Amino acid sequence: MIRVELPAHLRTLAQVSSEIKLDVEGPATLRSVLDALEARYPMLCGTIRDHVTLQRRPFLRFFACQEDLSHEPPNAPLPEAVASGVEPLVILGAIAGG
Amino acid sequence: MSKVRVLVGTRKGAFILTSDGKRDNWEVSGPHFAGWELYHIKGSPADPNRLYASQTSGWFGQIIQRSSDGGKTWETPGGEPLPKPGEFPSGVSNKFVYDTSPETGKPLTTHEFYDGTQHPWEFKRVWHLEPSLTDPDTVYAGIEDAAIFRSTDGAKSWHELAGLRGHGTGPRWQPGAGGMCLHTIILDPSDPKRIFIAISAAGAFRTDDGGQKWKPINKGLHSSHIPEPMAEVGHCVHHIAMNPSRPGVLFMQKHWDVMRSDDAGDSWHEVSGNLPTDFGFVIDVHAHEPETIYVVPIKSDGEHYPPEGKLRVYRSRTGGNEWEVLTKGLPQSNCYVNVLRDAMAVDSLDSCGVYFGTTGGQVYVSSDAGDNWAPIVHDLPAVLSVEVQTLP
Repeated sequence: MIRVELPAHLRTLAQVSSEIKLDVEGPATLRSVLDALEARYPMLCGTIRDHVTLQRRPFLRFFACQEDLSHEPPNAPLPEAVASGVEPLVILGAIAGG
Repeated sequence: MSKVRVLVGTRKGAFILTSDGKRDNWEVSGPHFAGWELYHIKGSPADPNRLYASQTSGWFGQIIQRSSDGGKTWETPGGEPLPKPGEFPSGVSNKFVYDTSPETGKPLTTHEFYDGTQHPWEFKRVWHLEPSLTDPDTVYAGIEDAAIFRSTDGAKSWHELAGLRGHGTGPRWQPGAGGMCLHTIILDPSDPKRIFIAISAAGAFRTDDGGQKWKPINKGLHSSHIPEPMAEVGHCVHHIAMNPSRPGVLFMQKHWDVMRSDDAGDSWHEVSGNLPTDFGFVIDVHAHEPETIYVVPIKSDGEHYPPEGKLRVYRSRTGGNEWEVLTKGLPQSNCYVNVLRDAMAVDSLDSCGVYFGTTGGQVYVSSDAGDNWAPIVHDLPAVLSVEVQTLP
């Protein structure tokens, strides 16, 4: 079980009120977690990564265990604490005013 | 008694304003999609309870929302069912992928950028949604970077009408200050295969075959800020309006100049006449008097607010050239708001109502064709678009 924290606007869009818990088949990677997230919440497709290139949207970052995973390869294993559900994968929007 | 429903898109959400036919007392619903930019919301003429909305964010990209109950509840088309593990949604309502297949046109990969170099097409957002006149599930989308898409399944999936970008002039299209946006889509009620569109800054185009082939319709436009002022393309058209009873007559607010065409865009002539400035964004036509048109003059391309700090609507009852100023109920001092290109609309009640929204968050209504104005709301976020539905 993987825990995922979404930014507030995406929680509203997905109609979830708190952390999401996902079952991910196979190794826990950014790609496999995002695949599972979009499959369960199709309205999130395109909001975190591009539909076609699957590149992370520029104003979003991925954090876990106080590490910035934004530039990790999508198929790299996530930290064990994330894979085991101890720590969440945090999807964070860049802070900007306006 | 008839009712009106005003659909307002703002920088921080959508608002729905409703009133009976008197248009004196209003109910305000919203913000819907709070915190998101709502570029445009429009109802289906074939089913007024079917609404489409363009919801965007610099962080999260594009979302398309759809309502089937007049805006009480919303859904992301194609996003409703939860697929089984390993399955992906069949419809992805926010997936706008440019068509580069050789079968549907000449694939284009670049347009002119601000600095004159060639730049690849990149999807940014949906500026305008235009529902079909006859089918609630068919809707067109005008997008940035400029292209037109169509959905025939209630916005679950989108396909580009690639003949527009395939026209061949794409490398000479360039972005205006707001981006290279396709912001105007007009469906001809007398000919289902005829569509007009406009792009900043490429100009106006028309298809007569349902969107396969397009031609520029910019003859007569003069833009002194481009290398060839009378060029076939490259004009910064801000908006076009048409009265459905006379689909061959079009009115245009260009970057500078108010223009008119009496031959479905084949040629244009200027009708700015006695306007204090012919820069502006909005233009619209009276619902029952096709020679009565409205603009809101803006001081200049460098100063996007009304001249002298006075918010004034100008009305021509002669199809242009002769304009009268309308000020009753509008601020006449220290007013420095803008009225953006999709932020004016008219209802079709017997006494035609005219509506517009400002970047200061006001939405004004005139229930007597412009003679008198009153604010419906004062303090919304900056208004991006205003549409109105006249309901039985």
